[in-house]
Amino acid sequence: MKALLVGEYRDGKLLGSTYELVAFAEKLGADSAMFLVGSESDLPQYNGTLYFADISKYSEFNPTAHKQLLLDVIAKEQPEMIVFSHSSYGWDLAPRVALALQAAQVSEVIDVVDGNLVVPTCNSKLRRDVKSKTTQTVVTLQGGAFGLSGEPSGSPTLVKVETDAAAQVEFAGYEAVEKGGVDLSKAEIIVSAGRGIGKPDNIEMIANLAQALGGEYGASRPVVDAEWTEHNRQVGTTGQTVSPKLYIACGISGAIQHLVGMKKSEFVVAINTDKDAPIGEVADILAVADLKELVPALTEKINSL
Amino acid sequence: MKILVCVKQVPDMESKFKLNTEGKWYDNTDLAWRMNEYDEYAVEQAVQLKEQVGEADVTVLSIGSDRVKEPMKKALAMGCDRGVHVVDEASFAKDPFEIASIIATFAKDKGFDMIFTGMQSQDRGSAQVGVLVAEMLGLASISTIVEFAYDNGQVTVRRELEGGLKAIVKAKTPALMTCQLGLNKPRYPTLPNIMKAKKKEMLTLEVATLLQVDAVQETTRMYFPEKKGGGIVLEGDVGNMVNEIITILKDKTGVLA
Repeated sequence: MKALLVGEYRDGKLLGSTYELVAFAEKLGADSAMFLVGSESDLPQYNGTLYFADISKYSEFNPTAHKQLLLDVIAKEQPEMIVFSHSSYGWDLAPRVALALQAAQVSEVIDVVDGNLVVPTCNSKLRRDVKSKTTQTVVTLQGGAFGLSGEPSGSPTLVKVETDAAAQVEFAGYEAVEKGGVDLSKAEIIVSAGRGIGKPDNIEMIANLAQALGGEYGASRPVVDAEWTEHNRQVGTTGQTVSPKLYIACGISGAIQHLVGMKKSEFVVAINTDKDAPIGEVADILAVADLKELVPALTEKINSL
Repeated sequence: MKILVCVKQVPDMESKFKLNTEGKWYDNTDLAWRMNEYDEYAVEQAVQLKEQVGEADVTVLSIGSDRVKEPMKKALAMGCDRGVHVVDEASFAKDPFEIASIIATFAKDKGFDMIFTGMQSQDRGSAQVGVLVAEMLGLASISTIVEFAYDNGQVTVRRELEGGLKAIVKAKTPALMTCQLGLNKPRYPTLPNIMKAKKKEMLTLEVATLLQVDAVQETTRMYFPEKKGGGIVLEGDVGNMVNEIITILKDKTGVLA
């Protein structure tokens, strides 16, 4: 099996997730080559052919050019599998490439079992085994699902590629994360509020428990989107990645994007009315309860210790 | 300005899911249904754009059984002008390529200036359909937008990337946007608007008239993930639970020690 791995560059740097693609190819026992729109100053440590386009010429977001560069490489390499990260770059570019190849795209792959691509469905409550019906298959890999390929090593053989495909959209730069406020990445104890808290007033209850424990409070995406609290408290893929000693998830169902952000927590307590919520998969303690009863009771008890 | 917005009906994700008899999808009975959350942002953005430009017509399209008229009625009550119901009892079994192809075939000769979709559905979660539709139609597309501005044929958006970083991207219409959570504040339909929506046009099309491709992938099996176990599950009296949690925290962590 031959796989083409699509490395990823962001804000001037190679992303570590590129090595997860290498780990995936190793797991499949596939021969791989890599494609990257990047800079020669930060190349992947990879022993193989790297089809390389200069990012200063093709920009970090120019789907038309990136697609055409990739299609030219695919025509040359004839890989059976084209492998992206399931990231903002991957889920934008992968369908464009898949359609051009008239190939199946299977998104958010977390495992490969007996030739089936395994993907989560319904917020990770269910799994699907998927089979491609086309000779080439485009996949996007869920972050963290395949680990890294050990300590990255090696130096690629560069093959420079070019295209004159015109851009359909104009990338006008980045807007950085808002600075200031809390830095959850350094907090040792985090109590996080999810949609299950029900209403904005209940943030206070979560903050009180965090305070009783001497920690900070965080939130899942829906709570931030609803503007119940500020963005710098968001834990997850598009928020902060945290690694506290104790993480208490209150009313958080456990969407994969949230789990990715808090999976390095040493000890996880989940409070949820749904015994089957995916958060239960990573929790050391799952308290099946109404958080509006349990959280104040827990806070009171801790304050009385 | 002609605007198309595509919506999907999905079960409430808090539902107790069961598998269907083929074991290839979830059982459709006894579920609470709602509009795919990402699509609510798409509808709101379509309606806001219409309000901004004044002269605009917003079509909401959905594929599925009669049941999908519910989220379409909601979209009409939010301010869309007309509905297109593509009748398909087996839409759940169609892959993203087929679904996108149905939408693209419908939209092909309609001259839409803007198309909005959710960035993904909450159930299948493939995050492909919007981008595929644009590619099939040869339109510019921008995925996973969290901010949208329109001025005289020019769209300026923020694309959400990982770690809180956003990319600023511009495109000229016609174009397609896939909408990420938090893009705007979807409005609640008011009672007068719900009443008005009942009088709005709802065109019905049979899926066979729009589907011209075969599936490129198939679900061979659906199942519940194996419980990894290891975690302690506490149930019952809240007072007891509090004591148990505190004991375990003292025992197993440095916290409260």
